[in-house]
Amino acid sequence: MKAPDFSYEKPTSISDVLALLANDELDSQLLAGGQSLMPMMNFRMANPGTLVDISGVSELAGITECTDTIEIGAMVRYCELEQSTIIKTHCPLITLVLPYVAHAAIRNRGTIGGSIGLSDPAAELPAVLLALDGSIEVTSRNGVRLEPASSFFKGVYETACEPDELITKIILPKAHLKQNFGFHEVARRHGDYAMAGVCIAQDSDLSIRVAFFGVADKAIRATNVERLLSGSASFSHDVIKDAQNATSEIEFEGDMNASPEAKQHIANVVLERALKGMK
Amino acid sequence: MTKTAQIAVTVNGEKYVEDVPVRMNLADFLRTKLGLTGTHVGCEHGVCGACTLFLDGVTARSCLILAVQADGAQVTTIEGYETDKNASDLIKNFHNRNALQCGYCTAGMLATSIEYIEQGNPADREKVKEHISGNYCRCTGYQAIVDAICTTIEERQG
Amino acid sequence: MSGPATIFDKPRDYIGKSIPRSDAARLLRGQGRYVDDMQLPRMVHAVFLRSPYAHAKINSIDVSEATQATGVIAVYTGKDIAKHVEPYIGVLSHLPGLRSPAQYPLAVDVARWQGEPVAVVVCTSRALGEDALGLINISYEQLPAVTDTLDALSSESPLIHNEYDSNLAWKREVEAGNLEEALAKEDVIIVEKQIKFGRHTGVTLETRATVCDYIPGDDELIMYYAGQAPHMLQFILAKHMNMLEENVRIVAHDVGGSFGIKVHTYGDEIATAIIAKLLRRPVKFTADRLESFVTDIHARDHVVDAKIGVRKDGTIVGMGFNDFTGIGPFSMYPRTSAIECNQILNLTGAPYQFEHYHAVGNVVFQNKTLMCQYRAVGHPIAMAISDCMLEEAARAIGMDPVQIRRKNLIPDDAYPTKSATGMRFDDLSHHACLDKLLTIMDYDALLADQAENRDNGIYRGIGFVSLVEVTNPSPMFYGIGGAPIASQDGATVRLDAAGALHVSSSVTEQGQGTNAILQQIAADVFGVAMERVKVTTGDTATVPYGGGTWASRGAGIGGEAMLLASQALKEQVLDVAAVILQAKPEELDIAYGEVVMKDTGEQKISLGDLAKIVYYRGNELPNDLQPELIATRHYRVTDFPFVFTNGAMAAHVEVDTNTGFIKILHFWAVEDCGRVINPQLVDDQIRGGVVQGIGGALYEECVYDTDGQMQNATMADYLVPMASEMPEITVAHVETYTKTSVLGAKGAGEAGTGGAPAALMNAVNNALAPLDCGMWQMPMTPERVLRALGKIG
Repeated sequence: MKAPDFSYEKPTSISDVLALLANDELDSQLLAGGQSLMPMMNFRMANPGTLVDISGVSELAGITECTDTIEIGAMVRYCELEQSTIIKTHCPLITLVLPYVAHAAIRNRGTIGGSIGLSDPAAELPAVLLALDGSIEVTSRNGVRLEPASSFFKGVYETACEPDELITKIILPKAHLKQNFGFHEVARRHGDYAMAGVCIAQDSDLSIRVAFFGVADKAIRATNVERLLSGSASFSHDVIKDAQNATSEIEFEGDMNASPEAKQHIANVVLERALKGMK
Repeated sequence: MTKTAQIAVTVNGEKYVEDVPVRMNLADFLRTKLGLTGTHVGCEHGVCGACTLFLDGVTARSCLILAVQADGAQVTTIEGYETDKNASDLIKNFHNRNALQCGYCTAGMLATSIEYIEQGNPADREKVKEHISGNYCRCTGYQAIVDAICTTIEERQG
Repeated sequence: MSGPATIFDKPRDYIGKSIPRSDAARLLRGQGRYVDDMQLPRMVHAVFLRSPYAHAKINSIDVSEATQATGVIAVYTGKDIAKHVEPYIGVLSHLPGLRSPAQYPLAVDVARWQGEPVAVVVCTSRALGEDALGLINISYEQLPAVTDTLDALSSESPLIHNEYDSNLAWKREVEAGNLEEALAKEDVIIVEKQIKFGRHTGVTLETRATVCDYIPGDDELIMYYAGQAPHMLQFILAKHMNMLEENVRIVAHDVGGSFGIKVHTYGDEIATAIIAKLLRRPVKFTADRLESFVTDIHARDHVVDAKIGVRKDGTIVGMGFNDFTGIGPFSMYPRTSAIECNQILNLTGAPYQFEHYHAVGNVVFQNKTLMCQYRAVGHPIAMAISDCMLEEAARAIGMDPVQIRRKNLIPDDAYPTKSATGMRFDDLSHHACLDKLLTIMDYDALLADQAENRDNGIYRGIGFVSLVEVTNPSPMFYGIGGAPIASQDGATVRLDAAGALHVSSSVTEQGQGTNAILQQIAADVFGVAMERVKVTTGDTATVPYGGGTWASRGAGIGGEAMLLASQALKEQVLDVAAVILQAKPEELDIAYGEVVMKDTGEQKISLGDLAKIVYYRGNELPNDLQPELIATRHYRVTDFPFVFTNGAMAAHVEVDTNTGFIKILHFWAVEDCGRVINPQLVDDQIRGGVVQGIGGALYEECVYDTDGQMQNATMADYLVPMASEMPEITVAHVETYTKTSVLGAKGAGEAGTGGAPAALMNAVNNALAPLDCGMWQMPMTPERVLRALGKIG
């Protein structure tokens, strides 16, 4: 399982990255943390002509606290998120979720930009972004734009980011004191991709966002579920039951571990456990 | 034509300057270019943990890192854990407690264990198990490894 | 009275003690010598192209483009390789009726499993070789794939081998008494179940690897081997490559886990040897993980229709089953793919006394990876059939699972005795092990805990198994059937001029501690400190002839040979010492490297000084004394076909009835493996074995689609047990020495794997009993648990 041959570039600026991506002859692919791309290359399922290593682009580094938001550079690694006081203070949902993402050695290298850009249906961070209603800053030669998370994840390994574009930042709203977060995932073994998982963010006005992962072709908000849960300060047995019935809006997809029916069943279980864990 | 690059990398305190195929991963580089075969390859897709070592002070799967990405970096492998990672006591406890049988997972398991201890974690068996849960061992059933790690932490705490 | 048995009359320093392995010191410093670590001058790499189809005609192979690719030395097709090899057939005469066609290392005209090698590129690097694979043009014509064991036997099924009338490889029927008649009696309560066991595989962390080298002039082939049975492979390479056996050398150094996977004969490894001989240079083949999943032998793919009859008082009237097992398109050579089924037929119900037994085994060809012996061969299934049916019967009659075992386990004083299937037992301790198990697990406390939790809607279960395990096999296992597999082993011990002991043995090391226990035995029996004992194993050029590792024989057979050889050398040394000291040999002893007076312990001469006289100053010895300070002894089991061990194990689980997840709270294993030479090594072997059994019971399954494509051939999709989910495992022993040897040691490597699945399935069914459902398929995945509970589907 040796990777096929390629050219290697390590640009130091965003504009250099974009130039490389725009050059069709190079057949470029971005290398961020490498924890998803390198396995694919070793399996020879990815075969780019040029690998563009963006770990040297300083503009993609750093976690910045702004007035209402937290801006996370695309190259910020999971371990930096784990250790960051800014994240622990202002994005507690991320802190809740990170121990479930793979294992320490993977988190030392994998990046938030890589995870968002890949859109693996079973990954946690896309669902976190959906629950927090974050946005993704996408930079191209045409300029910079903000993509809302709610329309960013389109399908398996498919996002609103084009092949010649670069995710440069993840922008998340700072958590309010009165905000409430929930998270639960179930995996066959610790650190595995989830059989089903859910991220929940309840705002101070009791509006709520419920994002599932591991159950469909992408991380997905369950809007019917959200409607039923919205406005509740606490979740009674009956409210949870109704919410569980409403998950049938999701087009559940089976995988090696579970059929669509099992996915739906377990999605309901994680929903209940996440809701009960919120207080 | 294979693309190559020259890299300068420090491994276990020793500096090397080598030409490498750009597509060669760090594990293969250590094993075939430097003759440091203590780092093992088990799956080449980052799941089994056998290839785990220290890159600039933190653990990483060397099968998922290109050798060119280690240019200018400090790498520590099992050949250096006794001296460069102060891990003599951990190694002694692995030995005494039989925390290895075939030895193939050991390099990666030591790296992950050293990381756990360096981060100041407690001798809590469930926490230890969680931390090493990305390192596959087929021989031991893990219990002896957990014993050895906990013994080391307890000894260090006096 | 002197003789080897007297070693156990006095306190010992090593045998019976948990000494750390000296091998481990260098492994902990990255100084292992695994096959892939080897770099030889002019070494090239063999990279195999494998069939992407489970069943396909190979119409043409065009290698012209590949041959021109960068770094390519040569490209061979299956037809090319076939010219240089005698094909092999995986049958043995003591399994009458087993049939399998001749097999070549690479497919010639037809590929019969996804992963079968069809061509090989020899290249300067693995990476360049993989590049060249993409340039080989093969025209395949897909054929229907036979992938369902039961469908494969229907008359409509496509045939894998046209020369046969069906896809049946072997069928055997075992009968004792008259089961049908006995079960028809009025007072018999019958339980019937279909139990399914998922095909799974070894997933050794070191994949299969070999470096082969050929020395022209010497006509010598050397294979650096990551495997268990060097002498067997020596025979096989010589026979099939038409070489003299003495010109084939197999060298095994460190092996990164084997568990039976690496005791078999693989076409890609034989092809590598052939290529080395053709090219006259070293050739390395290291399977990558993807290749490993689709070519390492698989095991344990069974569908069993089982029944058991008991009386109201719990007495077993009889049991029986019809077993269908799907193997590969060939029976694996040379150990055959029928042994696993044969073990199940022979061993189901072995711990129990009952009169009536009727079992049929059907071994069926499939277009899937070849299947063969993997740790605990057949035992996980045999023990699960009997013990899971037994506990289900206990539930049917309202009896406690321990009580029903008390009623039926062979009494500890009944030996020697025979099972209904004719298996001969001696020195077993089923009741003593069960007693000990109940004590260490505190059964009553667990029952109370279970009841309390049930009141809170938490479903915990306790499950048991009483098992036997085949160890220390005699020639009756393979040799009798014509296999070139030794069931005897030898040890040579030699004293050097410094007083150190060099020992070599024909059993081998894969991490279980073989070298360590040989060191312990030699040191104790001969009389030196362990640090002065150097062990060599694995090299056919230097070790005695023997069988290597399989069926848990290292300690019992290899250890006995080492004990006998060490005792023999000791007698030789004392004979020389007696002359030098003008004493009688029976007045002398050896202790801590010194010849001493037996009664006072007074040191008379060091071994080093004695050896220097023998080696350098023979003039000081009488002319008619020609001492040799080297001894070889061989040992085989003669009294029995195998030496059985026995054990009792229990699992404590909690079933999450919402998610279907099974959490193992704790596991206990009481094992009687005779004399325990190194308790720490044995206990950790049992733990590792239990965890491997947990793998098959809860996680591991090779998933195939109907086209014979393995769907989960990666470490991310094929689930092996990792640390977080594994329980603490408490191990204890009863020690009933086997009378078949002086050492009294039986084997211990496989019992954990043999027993754990049964105990786990029993625990799960015990947990689910109040919910009126059960699990009868392994692995017991969350999906299957949810379906059993009626939560989905």
